[in-house]
Amino acid sequence: MTRLLPAFVAIPLVMAFVLPIFGKKGKSTATVLANLATVTLLILAIASIGKSGVYEVGNWSIRVGIILVLDGLSSLLLLAISVVSAAAMLFSARYMEQYTAKAKYLSLFMLMVAGMNGLVLSGDIFNLFVFLEIASLASYALVGFGCEHEELEASFKYMVLGSIASTFILFGIALVYGNTASLNMACVSKAIQSSGLNPGLAFALALFIVGFGLKAALVPFHAWLPDAHPSAPAPISAMLSGILIKTLGVYALARVVFNVFGVSVQIGWLLVALGVLSMVAGAFLAIGQWDFKRLLAYSSISQIGYVVLGIGLGAILIAEKANPAWASLAILGGLFHLVNHSVYKSLLFLTSGSVEMSTGTRQLKQLGGLAGRMPVTRTACTIASASIAGVPPFSGFWSKLILVIAAVQAHFYWIAAIIVFVSLCTLIMYLKVQRHVFLGELPENLQQVKENRGPMLVAMIFLALLCVFMGLLVIVPSLRANILDPAVKVLTDGPKYWAPILKANMFATEGKIL
Amino acid sequence: MPYALCFLLFTIGLYCVVVKKNLVKIVIGLAVMEYAVNLFLIMLGWRTGGTAPIIDKTYIEPGTTGKILDSFINTSVDPLPQALVLTSIVISLGSLALIISICIRIYEKYGTFDITEIRRLRG
Repeated sequence: MTRLLPAFVAIPLVMAFVLPIFGKKGKSTATVLANLATVTLLILAIASIGKSGVYEVGNWSIRVGIILVLDGLSSLLLLAISVVSAAAMLFSARYMEQYTAKAKYLSLFMLMVAGMNGLVLSGDIFNLFVFLEIASLASYALVGFGCEHEELEASFKYMVLGSIASTFILFGIALVYGNTASLNMACVSKAIQSSGLNPGLAFALALFIVGFGLKAALVPFHAWLPDAHPSAPAPISAMLSGILIKTLGVYALARVVFNVFGVSVQIGWLLVALGVLSMVAGAFLAIGQWDFKRLLAYSSISQIGYVVLGIGLGAILIAEKANPAWASLAILGGLFHLVNHSVYKSLLFLTSGSVEMSTGTRQLKQLGGLAGRMPVTRTACTIASASIAGVPPFSGFWSKLILVIAAVQAHFYWIAAIIVFVSLCTLIMYLKVQRHVFLGELPENLQQVKENRGPMLVAMIFLALLCVFMGLLVIVPSLRANILDPAVKVLTDGPKYWAPILKANMFATEGKIL
Repeated sequence: MPYALCFLLFTIGLYCVVVKKNLVKIVIGLAVMEYAVNLFLIMLGWRTGGTAPIIDKTYIEPGTTGKILDSFINTSVDPLPQALVLTSIVISLGSLALIISICIRIYEKYGTFDITEIRRLRG
């Protein structure tokens, strides 16, 4: 498996440069190739479950070279990325016919996937930055893909804030290198553990939290998300909301805070505060929206709050040396919610795309009564809404239940109350969607609306089935032990996590170089 | 002291991005921020009176196979930040090209560079 690690980056990267060659005439060939690539990545990701390994790029030793690390957390994220990208790519096969330059779209899509895959595999902090920039640049271009007034404006806004975030992160990396004389995460973490956190490193940590917080759109930094996500084409909205903010924001933040710097009570509380703020503010702002995709975008902010809350709760419990089982449970809730959210939010964005393609509008006030006209879209949307609102037995219920149990166990009763309250707000906003899009009277101008056919339906049904059965990931012990528990263990181990990797690889190459 | 000036340059860039109303000036602010970080990286590896980090035969200890003289290690500048800066310059070139082309398209659509007039999105 270790030898296959570069394929996660190489396949989409090569595809990104091959696809534009096909141009206008070979559009269908390019689409088929792109779909093959995403499905191959999905198969590779499924094969990587439960495995771990270190790949030394160019066979340089761990101290001087770049390494790719596969562990529980990476393979969980890889799985989420490839599920969402496979579904979004299938959906785009038909949806993107309305745009010109489809081959360029496919190329940017692949570039984004390559960036995200590289980011979750990277064991080198500067390499992480490079992949983050690859994914971000592709997403800036994709947000402005329609080249209309709103899209360009949103893209500019997104790009300015994204560039500030990237500069902050690079500044933080420079400070880390200046203080620890290494860029490898394992070596950096070892140096920080032995020397403690000096002011330079503390400033670097602050820069990382702001930078990754901007990328994750946590509430004080969320201004770009509600513009950028609705402006992109629907499959790209699904990718952005579903997975990009999580890999670029939450995953990178968790990796840096837990595995490189080590958690402290203050950082844990900071994460909990950001999470709670995002949950509440995102939910309130979402309820007032009348644009379908804008509502979904605000709800993404609210849901990303849940993930950060779970991880922050775990950080507090680890730092306070409370019962390790409590910390594991909180982090499990956060990570499971991350996976769940990537599935149902991308499904919701795909259904919004399907509705928009058939009716030509996404204003809730102009829609209505589509239940009879678009039965499959309706069913998919209802399943996803029930899931995000936490209706049992759909996936969202289980992750929220775990979060509530974790909060109550650790005696944070007010957090449990907030989780339940925001869940109610979520239910209200999705009832609003159901009421205004699928129920009620069919407006005059929508009498001729037809359901979309072909790959768009397949993509939606695939994700809807996942929504129904994702709960099994925690209920079935063997699935949980293989997929979720290793990911949780990576974070609960903290800086100690790197020790075996360092030991195995340092001695093997000692004396060969330097 | 040079680090403080470098940080000042960074804050000037950030100020420019936050306060200025003109799209192109915002982009210039972003570029200034990136230069400040690049400068910081270069200064990390800088050593007054240091030599270029290029090894030739005169720097290898006589009689050993490839052991480098301590005098070289103690005088050469750190090459790694230079490699990082090279990468980061390439990345900022790419993002600068993209953001400038978005600015041009915005100017075509709205006929202005003033962000107070480019306000279709809100809420």
